[in-house]
Amino acid sequence: MPFSEDLPCAPEVALSHLDHLWFQVGGTLCNLTCNHCFISCSPKNHNFGFLSLEQVQQRLEESVPLGVKEYYFTGGEPFLNPDMTAILVETLRYGPATVLTNGTVLRDDWLHTLRDAEANSLYALEFRVSIDGFSPETNDPLRGAGTFDRALRGVQKLVEFGFLPIITAARTWDIEQEAKTVEAFVNRLRAAGYARPRLKILPTLRLGAEEQRTHGYEDTERITAEMLRDYDCSQLVCEHSRIVSDRGVHVCPILIEAPDALLGATLCEASRPFALAHGACSTCYQYGAICTNPSSAVAGN
Amino acid sequence: MTRTRIACLGGIYNNYLALESALNDIRRRGVDGVYCLGDLGAFGPHPDRVFPWIAEHGVQCVQGNYDDSIGNELDNCQCGYTDPRDNHFAQISYDYTLANTSEPNRRFLRQLPREIRLELGPLRVLLCHGSPRKTNEFLWESTTPTHFLSHLAEAHQADVIAATHTGIKWQRELARGKWFVNVGVLGRPENDGTTHVWYTLLEHSTANRLQVQFVPVHYSYQRLAREMRQERLPEEFIQTIETGWWTTCLEILPSKERRRGKY
Repeated sequence: MPFSEDLPCAPEVALSHLDHLWFQVGGTLCNLTCNHCFISCSPKNHNFGFLSLEQVQQRLEESVPLGVKEYYFTGGEPFLNPDMTAILVETLRYGPATVLTNGTVLRDDWLHTLRDAEANSLYALEFRVSIDGFSPETNDPLRGAGTFDRALRGVQKLVEFGFLPIITAARTWDIEQEAKTVEAFVNRLRAAGYARPRLKILPTLRLGAEEQRTHGYEDTERITAEMLRDYDCSQLVCEHSRIVSDRGVHVCPILIEAPDALLGATLCEASRPFALAHGACSTCYQYGAICTNPSSAVAGN
Repeated sequence: MTRTRIACLGGIYNNYLALESALNDIRRRGVDGVYCLGDLGAFGPHPDRVFPWIAEHGVQCVQGNYDDSIGNELDNCQCGYTDPRDNHFAQISYDYTLANTSEPNRRFLRQLPREIRLELGPLRVLLCHGSPRKTNEFLWESTTPTHFLSHLAEAHQADVIAATHTGIKWQRELARGKWFVNVGVLGRPENDGTTHVWYTLLEHSTANRLQVQFVPVHYSYQRLAREMRQERLPEEFIQTIETGWWTTCLEILPSKERRRGKY
């Protein structure tokens, strides 16, 4: 049980400012069943439901007086939500939008609409496409048979529409192999017609399906007050983010299933501090800025 | 002193030739003050050649992340890049600049303020490097909502916030007569295929409004490129000076800004 071993004296982190507002817009429903998914999304997982356009609109309005800087949309697979295109179009009236997709269900008419919406907006629309290896041999064992080729076709489609998707890969290789893996990734994407590939490498989170694939967090993998001394807490997602689901507002996209991570019904209620009691907090602590786009992440200073 | 017109210089990045051209242009136009919003070093050749121009023209400087790093001899530039490909080239530039900045100039950088506040007519102006809240925060045009900028202006009690750090100029009028201005940089062209660089004039007009004028600066970029080659700086940097297209530190760009470039 990933959420039953919390330490009683976990240090708290305050929300300094709500920079990044996330939406669990696709719930936990996904057309794929990746065996490293930290919230075990699948075609049958209805644990969290979709957010409607109306629900998102209400949160966007709520976010304006709070001075939110960026909006992120995740799932599940966001594009299974029938309102997804309309939600992104609406969001681009408020600020920059980023959507995390597996790239396998994108339709031309949606991309036409989104291309026009971005062109008419001050703000950027970013696509982050999850591919976890630079070949079917490295990706498909994690994400399912045929998913590498399907996701790559999605990337090609996005590029044809003028987008520059950020390919997001969970680090399921040894860190010593990082440089070679990234190089192979870049070469494979270029060969597929993506001339200036953008990449974001993420650590794996040992929750959900990933806990079964490898192992969960040890009791010792917890953040202590001592560890936060002289640490730049702005590296922690909970210091500048919150996420809206169909249940309310949670502390971060990683912990939505943890009961203590549901902080309130409104963004204001959810602005209270959060105790870093979870093993996954140690991954966030170790790597920093794991959820944000490269253009938003700030290292130190 | 009542100021009505000031000049703001963004990152100089060792480009003393562009600085010289900009300061000569500013002198011809006439202003009530010249300000640099930080990052005197980086990218270009001969860091120490910037400082005499700063002193001679009485340019008041904000401390950028680079200035803090060079001044305090830190390990890296604190530019805020997260991609290894960006950091690779940033480190080459930083190591060169640190090795070639004299101790008196490092001392100068060390003592610079993180922000400067002044009045332009009745407008409260806040000059900073990245953002008022964080020296190395990137405020890109396409990823910075108007309501976020209004929040910054309110929280920091400013009518006008001027910043640099991203390397690309932009401006936006906010609610209730407030403004945000990214003043651009003198250090390198802004990824648009032209070789000139930019500084910014801020003026309080009689209509009680802010007037923002971005001014192109033409300089001997061929000479800068020649000196960069002599200093054995990376050919990728020189290509940017000669073509106006960014070739390095591209991963930090949001998609809208990146699409406007060549690479």
